[in-house]
Amino acid sequence: MSAVLEVSDIKKTFGGITAVDDVSFDVREGEILGLIGPNGCGKSTLFNCILGQLTPSAGEVKIDGRDVTGLRPSDLNRLGVSRTFQLLQVFPRLSVRENLILAGQEHQGSMLGRLFGPSDAGLSRAANEMIGFFKLDHLATEPAGGLSYGQQKLLDAAMAFMGGPRLVLLDEPAGGVNPTMLADLKDRLIAMNREKGATFVVIEHNMEFVMSLCSRVMVMAEGKVLALGRPDEIRANPAVVEAYLGH
Amino acid sequence: MIAAGKYLRIALGVAVVLALILVPTTFNRYGLYILSQWAVMSIAAMGLNLTLGYAGQVSLAQGAFVGIGAYAGAILTTQGFPLIAAIAVAIVLCFAIGWLLGYPALRVQHHYLAFVTLAFSTLAFLVFRNESWLTGGIYGISNIPRPHILGMATSKPLPFYYVCLGSLAIVTAAVWWLIRSPWGRAFMALRENPVRALSLGVDTRRYTLMAFAVGSALGGVAGALYAPLTQYIDPVPFNLSLSLDLLMMVIVGGSGFFFGPFLGAMIAVLLPEWLRFTQGYYLMLYAIAVILLLIWSPSGILGILDRYLTQRRTRAASALRAVAKPKLEVAQ
Repeated sequence: MSAVLEVSDIKKTFGGITAVDDVSFDVREGEILGLIGPNGCGKSTLFNCILGQLTPSAGEVKIDGRDVTGLRPSDLNRLGVSRTFQLLQVFPRLSVRENLILAGQEHQGSMLGRLFGPSDAGLSRAANEMIGFFKLDHLATEPAGGLSYGQQKLLDAAMAFMGGPRLVLLDEPAGGVNPTMLADLKDRLIAMNREKGATFVVIEHNMEFVMSLCSRVMVMAEGKVLALGRPDEIRANPAVVEAYLGH
Repeated sequence: MIAAGKYLRIALGVAVVLALILVPTTFNRYGLYILSQWAVMSIAAMGLNLTLGYAGQVSLAQGAFVGIGAYAGAILTTQGFPLIAAIAVAIVLCFAIGWLLGYPALRVQHHYLAFVTLAFSTLAFLVFRNESWLTGGIYGISNIPRPHILGMATSKPLPFYYVCLGSLAIVTAAVWWLIRSPWGRAFMALRENPVRALSLGVDTRRYTLMAFAVGSALGGVAGALYAPLTQYIDPVPFNLSLSLDLLMMVIVGGSGFFFGPFLGAMIAVLLPEWLRFTQGYYLMLYAIAVILLLIWSPSGILGILDRYLTQRRTRAASALRAVAKPKLEVAQ
């Protein structure tokens, strides 16, 4: 299997602090890679370096073999890499449907073409399908700010899937979501992975969620990769148990 | 109920448009002048509402763009060019300058951005006053002609009022279409969450510049109409206080609401006139009215309406749920 994402020797320093320290890993086509580790170990900083929110101090990021280090997030997104954030990031005064159309509209054509094109950018159907897929039908015309926390998390994830991304980086999708909603979310993520062939990297603290969802798990501690392997290998790894999982 | 609401809105719109066309035929010269000024200021405020209300970029320079448009209009029409050509030049000029003024917005936001645009406003005023070879300096430009439209002279107040009203109608339609296009959605995304917008492929830089450019261009349109309206311009009306007035119109009317600028301009232009009977107190009363309004509703006049409608919808939804619940229980 070929690698969708190749990260080599990424380093990020803030003043004297090294938040990410020579991290290298590959994400294979179609897999779900979990990324775990204690708070402050550099997971989100690593995401931000991969996605262009931060410029890495050293190292290289490749998407489908192409060097994309230092590209802006909007350019990366149009190359088929999307993300969700740790804290909720929807557009509260736009409706659920408008949020989804916005998430997809910049992927095709030119800026001028969009101005003179249809007002829904030809995405009403795709947005409605996504609404159906994430079971948000009854909320389609509601302002996103009026949804419950869990529903906003679902919308947040749905937005990352508009425009058919190759690779989606999810930063703590399960945080603060109740168990019923969480089962729904996991179910949707697996379906996205199987049906649309989307590749994921998921940061998460909920071990049960990570271990049941991911084909491989990477553990970080103090900015470095501590271990990378199948969920059962990770559970049995003494260094991981010592640093993170506990006894 | 929704259909009824729609017809009610259409009926209200038609009534307002008819009133704007028919009622002023009975107005005197001064009344028509004030109403024309309302139409012109509504256009400028609509531009600012696009930049500030929809795209979330604070600007204290809209008055300067009205000035640039007014001087472009005055210079060109006194040189014998038709008004439509002057408006086109004002649009292009203000669009380009507005685009450049957008660059600071890529680095600074909120009140820092306000200060940058405020400095630009001062700069524009100094150019109007000191570059007398172009602008006539403190003596200004007089005898600005009013246009002939389809062979008809519009030099009398009523025909020129219709020129202003017609222009307002065209700008309104264009802005309505713009904010319903994908651009409008991208502007709102810029206002609500630029970081998330960027991660969804929205080129926030280009849209920020565009929001400034388009908003400023509408300021230019207003200016190019203002010149033939007053038929004489000097630098004084385009100082900082015009920018502040326009900002107030947007906020009082309801920033980010489509019809906010119309109401805001109405209050800023007409209310002081209505309060004139109070003699020396009218500006004080006007100031107090604005303060009270913003304490009551920080989101402006349309904010009050919006809250009322939201409450009513919420109540209607709860009522529906209350009816639906027993039915479900019976069904089980």
